[in-house]
Amino acid sequence: MSEYLLEMKNITKTFPGVKALDNVQLNVRAGTVHALMGENGAGKSTLMKCLFGIYKPDGGEIILNGQKVNIRSAKDAMDHGIAMVHQELHPIRFRSVMENVWLGRFPGHFGVVDHKAMYDETKKLFADLELDVDPSAMAGEQSAAILQMMEIARAVSINAKIIILDEPTSSLSDREVEHLFKIINRLRAQGVAFIYISHKMKEILEISDEVSIMRDGTYVGTWPVVDESTGLKLTIDFIIKQMVGREMTNQFPEREGKPSDEVVLKVEHLSSPLKRSFQDVSFELHRGEILGIGGLVGAQRTEFVEALFGLRGIESGEVHKDEKIYKARSPRDAKAHGFALLTEERRATGIFGILPILENTVIANQKNYASLGILNDKKRAEDAASSCKDLNVKAPSLSTLIQNLSGGNQQKVLIARWLLTNSDILILDEPTRGIDVGAKYEIYNIMLGQIKQGRSIIMISSEMPELMGMSDRIMVMCEGRVTGFLNKGEYTQEKIMALATQFAGRDINNKNSAA
Amino acid sequence: MSEKHVTREKYNSYFKIVGILILVIGILFYLAQTMPALDGVKKALNLRKIYDLPVFLIIIGLFVALKGFVSKSEGQEVIFSGKSFGEFLTNNAILLAMLVLVVVICILQPRFMQIRVALDILTQSSTKLIMALGICFTLLIAGTDLSAGRMVGLASVISASMLQTASYANRFFPDMPQVQLYLPIVLAILACMIFGALNGFLVAKYDMHPFIATLATQVIIYGTCSLYFDMPPNNSQPIGGIRPDFAALGQMRLFSGIYKGFPGISILIPIALVICVIIWFVLNKTVFGKNVYAIGGNREAAVVAGINVFKNIMGIFILASCLYGIAGVLEAARTAGATNNYGNGYELDAIAACVVGGVSLSGGIGKVGGIIMGVLIFTIIQYGLQFINVSPMWQQVIKGVIIAVAVAIDLTKYRRK
Repeated sequence: MSEYLLEMKNITKTFPGVKALDNVQLNVRAGTVHALMGENGAGKSTLMKCLFGIYKPDGGEIILNGQKVNIRSAKDAMDHGIAMVHQELHPIRFRSVMENVWLGRFPGHFGVVDHKAMYDETKKLFADLELDVDPSAMAGEQSAAILQMMEIARAVSINAKIIILDEPTSSLSDREVEHLFKIINRLRAQGVAFIYISHKMKEILEISDEVSIMRDGTYVGTWPVVDESTGLKLTIDFIIKQMVGREMTNQFPEREGKPSDEVVLKVEHLSSPLKRSFQDVSFELHRGEILGIGGLVGAQRTEFVEALFGLRGIESGEVHKDEKIYKARSPRDAKAHGFALLTEERRATGIFGILPILENTVIANQKNYASLGILNDKKRAEDAASSCKDLNVKAPSLSTLIQNLSGGNQQKVLIARWLLTNSDILILDEPTRGIDVGAKYEIYNIMLGQIKQGRSIIMISSEMPELMGMSDRIMVMCEGRVTGFLNKGEYTQEKIMALATQFAGRDINNKNSAA
Repeated sequence: MSEKHVTREKYNSYFKIVGILILVIGILFYLAQTMPALDGVKKALNLRKIYDLPVFLIIIGLFVALKGFVSKSEGQEVIFSGKSFGEFLTNNAILLAMLVLVVVICILQPRFMQIRVALDILTQSSTKLIMALGICFTLLIAGTDLSAGRMVGLASVISASMLQTASYANRFFPDMPQVQLYLPIVLAILACMIFGALNGFLVAKYDMHPFIATLATQVIIYGTCSLYFDMPPNNSQPIGGIRPDFAALGQMRLFSGIYKGFPGISILIPIALVICVIIWFVLNKTVFGKNVYAIGGNREAAVVAGINVFKNIMGIFILASCLYGIAGVLEAARTAGATNNYGNGYELDAIAACVVGGVSLSGGIGKVGGIIMGVLIFTIIQYGLQFINVSPMWQQVIKGVIIAVAVAIDLTKYRRK
């Protein structure tokens, strides 16, 4: 019998162009809560998906109870006693709670489901978890907390020895978190091991026994929360240092000049109708400024800029563009007011993959090339050619399909698209995601070129060096709220990370429900 | 807006009271119509003009009262308000529209209120219902099945071709001996199931959209069926001379003449009823049924829960094609004949009936009861419009409007942010 219940050794996983996991290891003891931490993109979720059979690792081995196992599917994982509670819960909304719990292994004989047994078993499970829910109630009508408990009930019902919790508290209230912890403690005492992924430092230190930290797809190390020999507790500062721990190098072009004092965009107390989304966001954007927005997954940064661009609803608050009230009703409105948005998912919501560069460049601006609905092809081609040339798009010709370009060049075409519409506020959501280093530098140069011409940029970035290297000012968000502004020269990775993890996540929900 | 809260118990008692009231009125009318002693009342009220209305009132009254007695008395309070009234209207819009239509038809043409008419409507609904129950499985996984109608044609041609009387001149297989009745029927249904398996394979294995997979199968089936139909000596002649024992399967009338003027219950009605019960059981009580809802409701969750999606999708299309096969055999028996054009377009009627009956095209939602309603609504409206001599062209327009309105309501009901 080995010391560990689960050993993951030298796990390697490569996606096209990215090494997501590089010789990562993770050792979990029975009857412990093992926190797994790291920045966005550090590889936590990928590692867990390898464990749960959703991804197949390229190398390394998984050892359970001292025996090497081969996990090929989620069903395999569950057969081995591994259960996962995903961050985004996807219940089958129009079926009952108990059916969701027993999905895939309904009790019964000869293919006929024994409803009474299912009801009674569920009732018993729920009683153990101190959950007062009618097993035959519709899943779609339950709160996030109950759905989560439902998932945990499912894990218990398969006798899971290892339960993976991915950001379990992101949508729970204070009391619900307490309840969750109580249940975790009880199951832990019964020998169940938890792998607990969270960004919330306070929670981690409260519930976990050990902390493993990952960074950029590699394993950093594992520390006990309380050192047995010295009795010292891990500190938040220490964890942040381990998570960030990289050297800044000079990967950014020199910034010349300063933003002007002219305010081009003033956002006041903007709130989403969804309580869990962005709330009470206020800031000013100056002409020629790059405002970075920092935060972790779930900080609602993308949701916020999409609302600004008219893609999502706004409950309250005001936006002034050039000192006039601007109401974002639709992207068409936003475009007419000079906004441009480069979306986070370039493939899904940016490029038209099967159309040539030319069409991709002019698509947002067709109206200006048409008279009586008939397009002026010559003018379109000229404009597309000149703006692509300005941005140094490298492609054989304008009729090349955009899907055949590199990520960096695709991104340049998308920027060219918005420059044609004469927008003066560029919103860039993760502008260099999935782009190689050389092309990144070019994108940065383009950004600096644009602000020199008097445009302003709002940039969401999860890459700390980029955020710090490019922004004139950084607005940090956490759980939909602005937790602070940092000016150039005063920001450090640690400060940003501290702001990005400021809330323990609980009081927020309470505040909302009180309001 | 004023609101009124009513406990479940009180709510149920409303049903009891209204139900019993209708029941009593029905019995009174019935007595007035039949008792010689009350002839005077009958003449004074001209009760002959209401035909079988009393019987219908008795049946409706029984159902309403039964609902009041059977429903659970615990549970949430029922709220009466402008809002809940509006919700009730949208949720049952099609049904209410149909009721209004029925009342209008009854006033214009009182002969509509006859048991004979009701039985006709049920008979006409039977094969449609079997089709709709098959196609609902493919709709429940957010798919569709365009090959359903052609499968009806295939099953009817195959079964009819082997079940002709020995003395018939233009026999499909001139030298074929008399076979057991069930054999051709089973063969016909099996042929459909093979194509159903092809549908399932294309959808499950290649993740093909059911629309295109079943479209391809539809064309293949029609071609195959036509080839078979064109074999010498038949050479695409309509198949006739059906054996009486086979024809009885679609034409037999039960209990005919138990009282004077009773036309009898078509055997199709009990057959459809039995299939309804079986499908209800499959959907609600078996692992397979639950998996169908799960795959339709959230395919990813079903995969993560370890459900074998391939097997279940294959099962769905094979079961559905089995039902189309049954419908095809019954069509051949009912009409005592078959051509390769049988069943053409039936799938669209079946899909429309499912959708009007509350089956969501985005998958995961749908009940047998709703599908029965959907089929009945279409037949009643069609039959009723014919009854008051509305032109067939207007009937088409009305049918189309019903589909569009029903789907629009369905989508607003389930719309999420």
